[in-house]
Amino acid sequence: MQTMPPALEVNDLTVAYRDKPVLWDIDLQVPTGVLMAVVGPNGAGKTTLIKSVMGLMQPAAGSVQVFGEPAGRQQVRRIGYVPQRTSVDWDFPTSVRDVVAMGRYNRGGLWRRTDRRDAERVARALATVDMEDLADRQISELSGGQQQRVFLARALVQDADLYLMDEPFQGVDAVTEQSMVAVLRRLQEQGRTVLAVHHDLRTAPAYFDWVALLNVRLIASGPMATVFSECNLRGTFGGSAPEWANPPATTAA
Amino acid sequence: MSSLEFEILVTAMTVSAACAVPGAYLVLRQMSMVADAISHTVLLGIVLAFLVVPLYGHPLMVFGASMMGVVTVLGIDLLKRTGLVREDAAIGITFPALFSLGVLLISLLARDAHLDEHMVFQGDLVYSVFQRLELAGHGYGPMTLWKMAGIFLLNGVLALRFHRELKVATFDPVLAATLGISPSLVHFGLVLMTSVTAVGAFDSVGSILVIGFMVVPPVTARLLTDSLARYLGLSVLLGCVSSLGGFWIARTVNGSVGGSISLVMGAMFVAVLLASPRRGLIADWRRRRRQRVEFAVRMLVIHLFQHRALGQRTEENHAGHLEAHLGWSAEFSRRITELAEARGLIRRVDAHWLGLTSVGERQAEQALAG
Repeated sequence: MQTMPPALEVNDLTVAYRDKPVLWDIDLQVPTGVLMAVVGPNGAGKTTLIKSVMGLMQPAAGSVQVFGEPAGRQQVRRIGYVPQRTSVDWDFPTSVRDVVAMGRYNRGGLWRRTDRRDAERVARALATVDMEDLADRQISELSGGQQQRVFLARALVQDADLYLMDEPFQGVDAVTEQSMVAVLRRLQEQGRTVLAVHHDLRTAPAYFDWVALLNVRLIASGPMATVFSECNLRGTFGGSAPEWANPPATTAA
Repeated sequence: MSSLEFEILVTAMTVSAACAVPGAYLVLRQMSMVADAISHTVLLGIVLAFLVVPLYGHPLMVFGASMMGVVTVLGIDLLKRTGLVREDAAIGITFPALFSLGVLLISLLARDAHLDEHMVFQGDLVYSVFQRLELAGHGYGPMTLWKMAGIFLLNGVLALRFHRELKVATFDPVLAATLGISPSLVHFGLVLMTSVTAVGAFDSVGSILVIGFMVVPPVTARLLTDSLARYLGLSVLLGCVSSLGGFWIARTVNGSVGGSISLVMGAMFVAVLLASPRRGLIADWRRRRRQRVEFAVRMLVIHLFQHRALGQRTEENHAGHLEAHLGWSAEFSRRITELAEARGLIRRVDAHWLGLTSVGERQAEQALAG
């Protein structure tokens, strides 16, 4: 049997803003079917990594492969993206249901109508993130946590194989966070791969089974149990900070 | 109304409708000022295209002139990308230079053409109707009307066909990219649509008034609805209604048709800004006043609840002392007390002292419990 290619393979990826490196020579493998957290301090290049995978940044060097193929227009369609919620204009005149339906905009015929199958998928995704009551709500009226759940629902209807999430739990209350983690687990059970920027070092080991520690360069990556160590965290966040001395019972700055 | 007047009216409505389509998306994408730049620099495009294809209003000439709009936006984007000039300044640098070059070329080369400076600034709807479309000896009405009807149809079909692309590339360009929709293609598609419309509308409304035609109806529509489809439809409708009103004013005072329409658009915006049922300033002011009263009632109930242990007749519970304790005016105290009483939240122990009813106590407990 042929071995399955990793969901994501990044080789020698360097991204720079002029002469200031944002990512230095990253080699990262994300096996298919894992939940991987990307952890690192502010300015570590976490968002840049995600944007590079999607081809939104021009790397100075290196390559990105998605499911064994060079990342390009075709492969990017297998990616579901959950942006930081501050990245869009929430005053846009549209409803929750409509934003989720955008996840299926690459389907549909000449006049691009949303058919009944799409509508059912959207309704189901909204139910999955406990937002069905707010389906017809104006998006400007949502709280931060609700905005984040709308983005998660939108990613679900994309039927992607690889999900890239930029701080999916930002501004989400504890109860919602738990139900979102349950959604991630379900994605994993369906054989999908999740790569998520995550800030809370306390919850990272509980929510994710793999981790990449990033601070401009890749400090370490692999299964949570072996990689999420005091030594590696010191290497990522700087050894001088005493609050990193005792992971995973520490908090992110 | 004479048939000529009727033609002017229909032409004005068609121009408004055609402008509202790209305008609605420009407003959503915060590109109103880009419309300003485009509507000016297409003059240079028109002059250059006119030198190559000396047929004013010919589709080839319209398309050629429109490329200047694309060039303008490319120039603005390039300037912005240097990181040395911000977008608003980049617009301010780019378009006056190109516009002035256009004006200069007109006075040098096209002295005899009907492109004079009055036309450049505000066009002339009445004059534009005198250009007739004639085919094989038959007259088919004003050329501008046909041209703008064609552009409106084109804009409408494109907006319907690409409504998803326009929507998602505007709301979330990154998602658009993952769906295989190129945000920059959508961007320049919209720029080209804006340019073609500005060139087409040039002889009827010129380069200054056309910005109003593109921007004001959508901004007004946005205050009236939160649905994208209704917003687009309403933008077109408000443009047409303004044309009707503006035409009537121009006819009454014997003034500029385009100018009167712009004026009506401005007046309509101000009226909606004040009176829009949900987003208007009056509704907002009323909502705030209501919230202030509601909050005051709750505050009174909680105030009485917190001091109930002191007995019924302390200074805190004295109807006349609310001013001192809650910082209210005598008039406001009386209003809030009467309202709370009418709602059965408080009762008068006697002429001067206030107490809570059981309903009021329950409400205070709930409020304090969070």
